[in-house]
Amino acid sequence: MYAQMVKSEATDEDPARLAAFQARIDADEKIEPKDWMPVGYRKTLIRQIGQHAHSEIVGQLPEGNWITRAPTLERKAILLAKVQDEAGHGLYLYCAAETLGVSRDELTEMLLDGRMKYSSIFNYPTLTWADMGAVGWLVDGAAIMNQVPLQRTSFGPYARAMVRICKEESFHQRQGFDIMMKMCSGTDAQKRMAQDALNRFWYPSLMMFGPSDKDSVHSAQSMAWKIKMNTNDELRQKFVDQTVPQAEYLGLNVPDKSLTWNADKGGYDFAEPDWAEFYDVLRGNGPCNVERIAARQKAWDDGAWVRYGLMAHAAKRRAAKLAAQ
Amino acid sequence: MSDPKTEWPLWEVFIRGQHGMSHRHVGSLHAADEAMAIKNARDVYTRRNEGVSIWVVEARHIAASSPSDKGPLYEPANSKVYRHPTFFDIPDDVGAM
Repeated sequence: MYAQMVKSEATDEDPARLAAFQARIDADEKIEPKDWMPVGYRKTLIRQIGQHAHSEIVGQLPEGNWITRAPTLERKAILLAKVQDEAGHGLYLYCAAETLGVSRDELTEMLLDGRMKYSSIFNYPTLTWADMGAVGWLVDGAAIMNQVPLQRTSFGPYARAMVRICKEESFHQRQGFDIMMKMCSGTDAQKRMAQDALNRFWYPSLMMFGPSDKDSVHSAQSMAWKIKMNTNDELRQKFVDQTVPQAEYLGLNVPDKSLTWNADKGGYDFAEPDWAEFYDVLRGNGPCNVERIAARQKAWDDGAWVRYGLMAHAAKRRAAKLAAQ
Repeated sequence: MSDPKTEWPLWEVFIRGQHGMSHRHVGSLHAADEAMAIKNARDVYTRRNEGVSIWVVEARHIAASSPSDKGPLYEPANSKVYRHPTFFDIPDDVGAM
C-alpha cells in the first residue's frame, strides 16, 4: 500500500501498562498524542505515517509529468487539482506524524537519505497520457481500499487525516476511470494506448498491498494495535474483485492469463506479481527511484533560501511591530 | 541535521464551515508568519468550499489539559445528574416543558 512492509517495533515496557493500553485499543478508544503509548507503537506509527506522507508527495511526480502535456485545458485543470490534492494529503499526514514527536524537517531528511521509504508504485514511469487514467483508476483505487478502513485506526490524528483524505480520494479514482473511458471509446491507437497502460500498471498496482501475509512478519502486532486494519491478501483480493469488472466494462484485458472466477470463494483467482521485482524496486533499483529522490532533493535544496528567507522576514516584521508598540 | 530555529513554526487551523457555525479545529500546518499561515490554510483546508472564515494560532500558544488530569477535571460532573433536564419526572398531564 502507500505504506508497505512497515516494520513494527518491539516494545518492552511494564506489562500492566501495555495491557491497559491494549484494552483501550480493544475498546475502540482513540489514542491521542498526549496519551501514554508504548515506544514501539509510537515508532511504528512514525514510520508508517511518514511513509504514507512521503508516498503522497513523491506520488505527485509521475502525474506532474503530464500537467503541461494534458490533451485539453479541462484535463489540465483537473490534473492540476488532483496533484494539488496529493500535496494536501501529504501535509495532513506529515502533521499527524509530527504529533508523535518527529519534526517535519527530520521526516524530509529521512526520505532523502533513504531511512524512510515511499510506495514502490511511484518508481514506475508514466509514459503516455493513458497512464494518467491508469494511475487514477488503479493506483488511487488501490489506495482507497487501504485508506477507507484506516479511518478507524487507533491513533486519533491518523484516523482524522484519513477521513479527510478519503473524502477527496474518490474524485481521483473517478477522474482516472473517466480518462480510461474516453481512451477506450476513441481510435484504435487510443485503445491500444489504454491497454498498454493497464498492462504496465496491473502488477505494480497489486504489489502496492505488500507481500502475502504468510511472508509478512509485522502484520500481527500492527493489527493488534489497529494501525493495520486488514491483511495484505484480503485487500489485494478485494481490489482484484472490484477492478476486473471495470476492466471488462472498458473492453480491456487484464494481463493475467490465469485470471478466473472462483465461485466457491466468491472472488477471482489471479496471478501473484513478481515479488523479486518488488523487492528490487524497494532496494532502489526500480526504473525511476533515482529520478524521484533526485527531484525531491532538488526541491529541498532549491527551496532552502526561501525557507530561510521567509523566516528572516517574519522575524524582522515581528521586531518592527514590537518597536512600534 | 535539521535546525529547529529554521523550521517554520506550527500553526493550528480553525475553520468556520458556514455562517452561524463556530470555528472548528481542522488540522495544522507550517508557515513563517500569520499571513502565510492563513494563505496556506486556504490552500490546504478549504479546496472544496469548506470554509467562510479561518483562524490560525501558533501551536505553542495553546495551553492544553493533560490526560492525567481527567479525574480531577471531569469526575465532579459525574455526580451531578440533576443538571440534566431528564433527571426530573414531569407528569404527562402538565404538557410540554
